[in-house]
Amino acid sequence: MARITAGVATSHVPAIGAALDNGKAGEPYWQPVFAGYEASKRWVAEQKPDVVILVYNDHASAFSLELIPTFAIGCADAFAPADEGWGPRPVPTVQGHPELAWHLAEKLILDEFDMTIVNKMDVDHGLTVPLSLMFGQPDAWPCKVIPLAVNVVQYPPPTGNRCFKLGQAIRRAVETFPEDLNVQVWGTGGMSHQLQGPRAGLINREFDNAFLDRLIDDPEAQAAVAHLDYVREAGSEGIELVMWLIMRGALDPTVSVVQRFYHVPASNTAVGHLILENC
Amino acid sequence: MTEKPYHDIPGTVLFDAEQSRKGFHLNQFCMSLMKADNRAAFKADERAYLDGWPMTEAQKQAVLARDWNGMIALGGNIYFTSKIAATDGLSFRQIAATMSGVSEPEYAEMMLTGGRSIEGNRSKKDKL
Repeated sequence: MARITAGVATSHVPAIGAALDNGKAGEPYWQPVFAGYEASKRWVAEQKPDVVILVYNDHASAFSLELIPTFAIGCADAFAPADEGWGPRPVPTVQGHPELAWHLAEKLILDEFDMTIVNKMDVDHGLTVPLSLMFGQPDAWPCKVIPLAVNVVQYPPPTGNRCFKLGQAIRRAVETFPEDLNVQVWGTGGMSHQLQGPRAGLINREFDNAFLDRLIDDPEAQAAVAHLDYVREAGSEGIELVMWLIMRGALDPTVSVVQRFYHVPASNTAVGHLILENC
Repeated sequence: MTEKPYHDIPGTVLFDAEQSRKGFHLNQFCMSLMKADNRAAFKADERAYLDGWPMTEAQKQAVLARDWNGMIALGGNIYFTSKIAATDGLSFRQIAATMSGVSEPEYAEMMLTGGRSIEGNRSKKDKL
């Protein structure tokens, strides 16, 4: 039987990918960011997940305004890195797990989560930067990845509560997959940041750390937090944090914290990172 | 414009239904810049390229003037308008500095010292 063993959460700032791709990871500006992931890279190398269900958002790369799915699951064999205007990131093609992805789509839809099924999609920095942070720069990613894209560009995104419940449903679905697989769920995006307008550059350490505390110990309370609070307190793009609740919903009510990291800044953004294991 | 609770947040335009409807063609024009050939055509004659899109004159003027806040006000979304920045060879940080009315070094310094504080930036009422 497949099982979910752990969750990872991380920001997915594009400048982090650019720093790695351009050999700047050792520079004083970037060194503290990557230092926060050193232990995590060792941990994931030991854990050897077979499949990562990677929750992220597309940034007007695969989805324009023609089609805006709230929850989309990637069921293809492979997903190429997207050209976001500077050429595709020089990272390996992402290998999917179509059997598990289709199983999830079927189970989730029958469990009343109306997923959009995606059979062809390029994946942008929202998906590839977390892979780079956790796996470094290998010739091929060491596990299969199921992209789960969440709309957080067109307001309103799904509620925190809906995301949390989707995580719970993902767990139920994974646990009915017959193959013996070690599955992790990753939630990405955030933390506080605003990329637009006169309030650009907003950072709210207090909000971010309270979010991390509650995500770990009282996720149902965090799931009840309204969009307006995220937008006001964590910035117009800080609302990406609702995606972390999908990861958290897929884990046990009580979890152990393997890693917790917070750093300001990476470009315009506060970087947050967690690794949580089922006890 | 229907008043929404988030209209109270200073210096912020949420990309909601109203903005999305207003900005559809502006954003789809931006999306076209994902292709290298389109970027070249835009750079060669910006006005002619923009005239190929059913955008308002105000939207076209905002693009030509690289008025980043103006584009947002007219329905642009930052993930789309940033494709114009990419075409210009500008970084996200450079346009963020412009949108918040400071030089890039000043903006970078603000980020290094912890970013823009939330204090005084929660509500337009804080600004009074």
